[in-house]
Formats: sequence, structure tokens, C-alpha cells
Amino acid sequence: MENKVTRQLYMVPYVLWIVLFVIAPILLVLYYSFFNIEGQLSLDNYQKFFTPVYLKMTLSSFWYAFLITAITLLVAYPTAYLLTKTKHKHLWLLLIIVPSWINLLLKAYAFLGIFGTFGAANQFLELIGIGTQQILFTDFSFIFVSVYIFIPFMILPIFNSLNQLNPTLLDAANDLGASKWMTFKRVIFPLTIDGVKSGCQVVFIPALSLFMLTRLIAGNRVITLGTAIEQHFLVTQDWGMGSTIAVFLIIFMFLIMFLTGTKKRGV
Amino acid sequence: MRKLLNVFLLVSLASAILLLTISRMNAAQGLTSGNTLTIFNWGDYIDATLVKQFEDETGVKVIYETFDSNEAMMTKIEQGGTTYDIAVPSEYMIDKMRQENLLITLDHSKLPNLKNIDERFMDLPFDPDNKFSVPYFWGTVGIVYNSTMLDGIEIDSWNDLWNPKLKNEIFLIDGAREVIGMGLNSLGYSLNDINKEHLREAKEKLDSLTPNVKAIVGDEARTLLENREAAIGLVWSGVASEIMYENEELEYVVPKEGSNLWFDNMVIPKTAKNVEAAHQFINFILDAKIAAQNTEYVSYSTPNKEALKHMPEEMVNDQRFYPPAELTEKLEVYENLGKKNLAYYNELFLEFKMHRK
Repeated sequence: MENKVTRQLYMVPYVLWIVLFVIAPILLVLYYSFFNIEGQLSLDNYQKFFTPVYLKMTLSSFWYAFLITAITLLVAYPTAYLLTKTKHKHLWLLLIIVPSWINLLLKAYAFLGIFGTFGAANQFLELIGIGTQQILFTDFSFIFVSVYIFIPFMILPIFNSLNQLNPTLLDAANDLGASKWMTFKRVIFPLTIDGVKSGCQVVFIPALSLFMLTRLIAGNRVITLGTAIEQHFLVTQDWGMGSTIAVFLIIFMFLIMFLTGTKKRGV
Repeated sequence: MRKLLNVFLLVSLASAILLLTISRMNAAQGLTSGNTLTIFNWGDYIDATLVKQFEDETGVKVIYETFDSNEAMMTKIEQGGTTYDIAVPSEYMIDKMRQENLLITLDHSKLPNLKNIDERFMDLPFDPDNKFSVPYFWGTVGIVYNSTMLDGIEIDSWNDLWNPKLKNEIFLIDGAREVIGMGLNSLGYSLNDINKEHLREAKEKLDSLTPNVKAIVGDEARTLLENREAAIGLVWSGVASEIMYENEELEYVVPKEGSNLWFDNMVIPKTAKNVEAAHQFINFILDAKIAAQNTEYVSYSTPNKEALKHMPEEMVNDQRFYPPAELTEKLEVYENLGKKNLAYYNELFLEFKMHRK
């Protein structure tokens, strides 16, 4: 059964998938990026990308994606750690994952109600004497909602690597006189760094091109590369420029994967 | 391996059952090819009971899909792979689609109800002799405001929005031509201006409006304004009349410097599979009583002069939504500015969005 022909036969669906849905679209995006708005072959779009408008947009996309990832990590790591200590850890994990089954748009619309001037959040602020604030359409609401949406994706890989951590290592650290902080810094964190890295990848890369939330929650006060791509494809119909931004996003993603990639070490 | 195969079989079986059920259900509803009409319209832009009535009268099954911008609609039709029999683009988009041969010529002999349309709305520059399109609704762009939240500030011009007292009180719609157009109008320029200096100037003027702008939103504007999230909105007239019905504190005004006059029109795109039923539907919608019922639901202004006779008087006589001809003549219709100028509009709009408070 394990002869060459069947093995090649098994490869067919995989190769077809990769070629049709990964390589071909990327090549098409690359192809379109070399056409300017009048349909002529040129490097106009690449030149345009290096104008202040798009550079500023890139920087702000990175800044927001960084903030979202950092805050998500700060929330997710302790949560994942506590989860591994609970009795029914898989049940608790499930409860955290369940909200990610609900459509993103529905959750965004729910936040429109919660954060509105007369919403639950402001009623609470009123109650504790702070008074009504503008929450919706601010940086705060944008980052808050994004973090909320990404948390499950960060918790999962961290939870898995914490769960695989051999508890005897912690006992050993304890026996050898390491303080709790020392144990965390020298034993737990380094051994779960792979989970943290893949969590950050799963959050940072989509965060870089968020676009629905920028309109619904941030009221277009936050403009990311994703927003610009959407506008170029749907409104301006400048597919070339949209593709060029997409090309840069793909490059950034590869760079991020490369920088945070896990090197196989002989353990 | 065994287990994997079982799972695979189970999934295939489940998919097959689902597929079978769906095709059964479609067949039960009479949804077989050749007897359907696919309509591609703006969201919430028809009285759904009329679709049902059309189905009952003709036996044609209607598949109804919606879009939220002219450009998105055109992209879908241009790309092919769709079978829309009727679409409802705005005037500048019809001009563009006509030039790119995306439309089918209408057979006027199959549209006897076309006589119901007010001559004011026939034979307009974007489609001479109505060869490709039939007016569906029309309206203006203007300002809706909540008078009780503004304590006495009067609004009747674009420049009133720059009042420093209106901090964080304005919602803008997410449309490049509408927002840049507001900037142009407030400076006294035309909505179809393509002079780059004028456009820059308009964008800089808009930048100075940023402190007053709470957000740039899409269809959510309706709920947000209705719920008093902010006092002022730049909206289309139909949005205004709809939310004014829900919240009586709201008022609508077309600014005195001028504004946009627009027409949405029914067309039959090249993708049509059932041209016969498409004509039937257009004629059905043009019927005076049907149009009246539709207008009462949609609350934009109808171009159907016969329909006005079947509508409540206070609706027909409301000059905010049925401005007389001498007023509409001052308003401008969007022209198709071409891809390159449109790209410049959008770039400026993107820059305006990025301008921080």
C-alpha cells in the first residue's frame, strides 16, 4: 500500500488545494499590483505606497495591532495559567471559546448598544458617579472590542503549552529554592514561549488588517491597511492599489512569521 | 485510518442529506431555473409584501439580494458568475454601466405603466430616452438634526456645521462623494468639481470639521441618530424621513448652498437570465397603487405622479421630501467623473478619515 503511486495519489488533493487557493490567489494579487488605475503596466502603485498617506496608515495599523496583541497577551496568559489550575479545566476552556462561535458582526453590533451614550456601560458609569462618557467611536472602544474578540485565539495555544508543562519541573524549581517569580521567569515562561509566539501570530496578523470594526466600533476614526484595501476594491475600483497594499501585507506577514518562527531545537 | 475513513463517510453522508433537503425545499417553493427572477437592490428598499404579491400574481419566484454601495453592485455584475435580472443603481453608475455595455435595452412596449412617471424624471442626461433605465426613487442629500438637543442653534446651511458649539455632535455617512461634496458645496464649488486645487481646499476645510465629527458610519446612522447618540447627521433624504417617523424631535433640511439630487433606477443588467419576468416586475412596480404602497414603506420620494394620488396628503405635500421643481433645479446630479477623478476623491476622503482630532 505504501508504494510510490498511492502516495502520490494522496498528494493530489493537497497539491490542488495549495495551488488553487494559496499560490494562484497570491500570484493574481501580485499581477494586479503592477497595473495602475488606467490599466497600464507600471510601478505607480508601489511608488504611491511610499507616500506619507500610506506610510502613516501602515504605521498606525502596526501600532494598533501591537497594542491589541500586547493587551490580549496580558489578559490571556494569566487566564490560561489559572485555567490549568482549575479542576474542570476543559469545561472552563470551552466556556471561554464558546463566544468565538458567534459571528463577529453580531458581537460588534452588541457593543454598539453596550457602549452607546445610553448603553449599559454608561449607565454603570453614571451609577458610580463618574457620569456619561463618550466610549463608542474612540481608540479605547476599538482596542477593547478587538481584544475581546481575539482573547480565545490567544488563550488556546498558551493553554495547550501550559498544559503540557511537566509539573515535576516546577517541584524541582521549588526544591532548589527558586521563588515563585523566579520559577515563572526561568522555567514556566521559557517552556511555554512557543504557545505565546503562535498566539501572538494568530492575533497580530489579523489585527493588522481589521476592517469591519474600524467602521462599526471606531466610526472610521481608526484607519488600517484593511480599510484601505476594502475601499480600493469596492469603492474606487482601483484593484491595482488594493493589491499593492495586499502585497505589502503579505510581505509583513512573512516577516512576522519568520521573526517569531519556532526554530526546531533538539530537546 | 479506519476511524478517519468513518469520519469522512459520515461528513459526506451529512452533506448529501443537507443538499437533498435544500433542493427538495427549493422545488417545493417552485424555485426551479427558468421560473425565477433575481433582484439585486439596496438594503430595505422595497415593501416585502409587494414581492409576495408579484409572486402570487405571476407565478414567478423572486430571489432577493441586497447591496450597500453602487460600486460593490457594479463589481459583482462586472465579474459575472451572478444571474441578476434586475438591479437598482444610481444615476452616475447607470452612465458608467451603459458605457461599459453592462445593460440590456428596455422594451418599452412591455412597460405600459411607464406613462405614470412624472416627465420631470424622464429622459435625463445619464440615460437619454430611458433606453436602459426606469426611475425607482429619488431624493436629496441633506442634514437631519435633533432640534431639542441643539438648544436653539439653527441649521440651514452646510457652514452651520462648523459651529464650535457642535463638538462631537455630527455623524457623516461613509461615502466619498457625499462628504467631499459637502466640503465643495460649503465653499461654493460644484459637486462635480474635478479641479484638484478646489478638491484640496475642500478636504482642508473638512479637516477643520473633525472636532465636530463623532463618527463616519454606514447604515448604522439610522439607529444612532434615532437613539440620540448625536444631534446631527449628513444623510440621504429617505434615511431622514424614516427616522423622523420614529423620533419626532428630528428635522430635515437641504442646505441652502445646494446639495445633491439623486435618482435610483431599475435596470436589467447583462447577467439577466429572465428578461421577460424582469419587464413584468418593472411594470408591476410602476403601477400607481403598487408604487404608492411601496413609497409609504420605503419613504423615499417617488417619481410616479399617479402614485401620489394614492398617498396620504401630508406625505405628498411635505416640501422637505417633495421639493418643488424650482428648488430641485438648484440641486446638482452627480456626474460620472471617471475612475481617475473618483480615485482622487477617495484618496482625499481616506486622508480626511485619517486626520485626527
